[in-house]
Amino acid sequence: MPRLTVDGIEVEVPNGATVLQACEAAGAEIPRFCYHERLSIAGNCRMCLVEMEKAPKPVASCAMPAADGQVIHTRTEKVKKAREGVMEFLLINHPLDCPICDQGGECDLQDQSLAYGRGHNRFDENKRAVTEKYMGPLIKTAMTRCIHCTRCVRFAEEVAGVEEIGAIGRGESMQITSYLEKAVTSELSGNVIDLCPVGALTSKPYAFKARPWELKKTDSIDVMDAVGSNIVIGSRGAAVLRATPRINDDVNEEWLADKSRFAVDGLQERRLDTPWVRVAGKLQKATWAEAFGAIARGLEGLSGDQIGGIVGDLNAVEDMAAFKDLLAALGATRIESRQDGALFSTVQPQDWLFNSGLAGIETADAILLVGTNPRQEAALVNARLRKAVKKGGAKAFAIGPVADLSFPVTQLGDDAALLTDLPKAVLDVFAKAERPAIIVGMGALKTPGLYEAARAAAAKLGVVKDGWNGFNLLHTAAARAGALRMGLAIDGGVTALGNGDLKALFLLGADEVNVQPGRFTVYIGTHGDRGVRHADVILPAAAYTEKSGTYVNLEGRVQRALRATQPPGDAREDWTILRALSSVLGKKLPYDDIDALRRRIAEEWPDLGRAGLIERTHSLSDVTAAPVKGPLAHAYSNYHLTNPIARASATMAACVSSLLAPENREAAE
Amino acid sequence: MTALLRSAKSLLLLEFVGGLWLTLKYFFRPKVTLNYPYEKGPVSPRFRGEHALRRYPNGEERCIACKLCEAVCPALAITIEAEPRDDGSRRTTRYDIDMTKCIYCGLCQEACPVDAIVETPNFEFSTETREELIYTKDKLLANGEKWERAIAANIAADSEYR
Repeated sequence: MPRLTVDGIEVEVPNGATVLQACEAAGAEIPRFCYHERLSIAGNCRMCLVEMEKAPKPVASCAMPAADGQVIHTRTEKVKKAREGVMEFLLINHPLDCPICDQGGECDLQDQSLAYGRGHNRFDENKRAVTEKYMGPLIKTAMTRCIHCTRCVRFAEEVAGVEEIGAIGRGESMQITSYLEKAVTSELSGNVIDLCPVGALTSKPYAFKARPWELKKTDSIDVMDAVGSNIVIGSRGAAVLRATPRINDDVNEEWLADKSRFAVDGLQERRLDTPWVRVAGKLQKATWAEAFGAIARGLEGLSGDQIGGIVGDLNAVEDMAAFKDLLAALGATRIESRQDGALFSTVQPQDWLFNSGLAGIETADAILLVGTNPRQEAALVNARLRKAVKKGGAKAFAIGPVADLSFPVTQLGDDAALLTDLPKAVLDVFAKAERPAIIVGMGALKTPGLYEAARAAAAKLGVVKDGWNGFNLLHTAAARAGALRMGLAIDGGVTALGNGDLKALFLLGADEVNVQPGRFTVYIGTHGDRGVRHADVILPAAAYTEKSGTYVNLEGRVQRALRATQPPGDAREDWTILRALSSVLGKKLPYDDIDALRRRIAEEWPDLGRAGLIERTHSLSDVTAAPVKGPLAHAYSNYHLTNPIARASATMAACVSSLLAPENREAAE
Repeated sequence: MTALLRSAKSLLLLEFVGGLWLTLKYFFRPKVTLNYPYEKGPVSPRFRGEHALRRYPNGEERCIACKLCEAVCPALAITIEAEPRDDGSRRTTRYDIDMTKCIYCGLCQEACPVDAIVETPNFEFSTETREELIYTKDKLLANGEKWERAIAANIAADSEYR
């Protein structure tokens, strides 16, 4: 634990810390471009120079290890002069195009040149000009602005695990490029936009749309996957313009998957903004009263067991609770949330949670992936797994279709029978492992009996120990954990819902399930997507940015999102629709505002009423395993089109077409 | 004594005579008023009148949608929306000034990095309806074309003090 003095303040920092970290611990602000807490140290921008006693020259604090007895000065004239010199060199080749640069207003170089810039230019020669590079439909480049900090290169290599961004040339001729002018294939590529300290890499869909000072920033939770990334919604007026990550080390660290970041333009397209009622086979616009009347007529004479419900992937806990209450008031208990057809035990939370936790999986030392492609199903979990393998030295095995996960995985094959007959290499690794983990994907769980087989394998591999539960289900839907906590699941899953005498079906944002025509179907949701196809009544609801809601992520973390914008047109928040409908049906729900609803939720499920992890123990419920076989599949094959918002998004469509036809893409202008 | 003097003064209407004399003097002096619609007073190069958006001599519009004028406007009179133009350059798709909100402070033209938004010497733009005072981008660009000569002359005249 070195002790050193920074500006007269004595600080003690952990072993391996740098002088820059020591300075921060002492409260001294150090300007920097290339240094980033979550990336390796490059030490090439030289902006973090500080004066160290007994050192002949100013030292780059980001690359200097802190040592006992160092005396650091960060506010002397010498330090200021040194940094001003660095800044002047950086600005030699940086164009003064801040007015047309999208980074303007949130630019590190802009901010720091205010403190360390000279105010005028002594450089009379021509500035360097660099041709634009093509990096796909998400990243816009203006490489003349690049200051060669190499944060993007280090991110692609170290976190995303794709070696597709790099530097060619040396000195002034150095250029950051995707080598072959190809789109960056990582699902985390959007993060280089946040990392870029200048405007060299900016968001292509957001190009020129708004300035940072115009945006209303609202803390929210992402629903594009089950990770529950913490995001900030940037909105102007009624439009959500961008989503950026918020730091939460337990969940998304500082990163955000591309779909979460770029699919927000789908919130403006194909929205349902008025109720619709099917009259003589054709959908017609209707008022709320007419729509509710149609529902009341459709439910006339039906008993509770003739009514069923399916909840979708993007709902908040509040909406699903009101849905459950309304259907319970109608006598219906059959509500299913696993619309992808996955089957597993829902007896206790630990049966279906990602028990290791997002931060915990990083510490795993043996990992078995069963029918899952975490890179697509939860890109941030994949980044954690990559860390476990690359930094922690974990061994990873996979059963299921071969996929490039950006880290070395031993592919065992795609036959489910492998679970009961694991190769000796796997058994050996797991026998020695201290924190072994098994991760089962939703695609695999569509195979009946696979959950039980996976549980048997988990028991055989000993993944549940004292203080460690390595049995994990990798969910893909943001609403799923909350729905399962409230018991919205039936035996046999979604296919069993249609069994018996089902006459009426309520869909709460359920768009990923094939609904058979012939039943009275009510769809409550946001987009004119798959769910409305056979609907008799369509009720327009609010998307995740348009309501305050609680979400539970795959590890069971309860998080609250705030409302950023208003729902379009006549659309309303889901729970208010259900509450209004309950009055029309004569089964009035006992809450009139969101606080009362939340109190009602907290009464029955106290852990859903507070932030933090939902309650679980380490003892999994008993299951009986039977042999399974057959090929396993991944949860989905098209990362970009997994929910109605993403399917309505032009940006996601552009991603798909660039992936499908890379040779057809045009180089950036 | 003083009372007697005061009475004499008021009896002889001396103050009235003095006032009438002043009137008579101004009657023969040159007039200071202007016959407004036909005559106009001089206007300073710094005069802040109706707004205009300028173009470069080659016809390209100057405005690059940096939104600094929108940010600096204390009356929140400016609304800008932007997106990439077909050639990839940054341009506005909407540039509205609500002239009923504008307080003619001139901060927009101070903030403009490319001298695009300027206040012309024109102060005669009254309208019959409020709607006409919501200036759109087309109106502002048309103003720029109409007043370019005066704007350029004013900027040139004022340049040595900037």
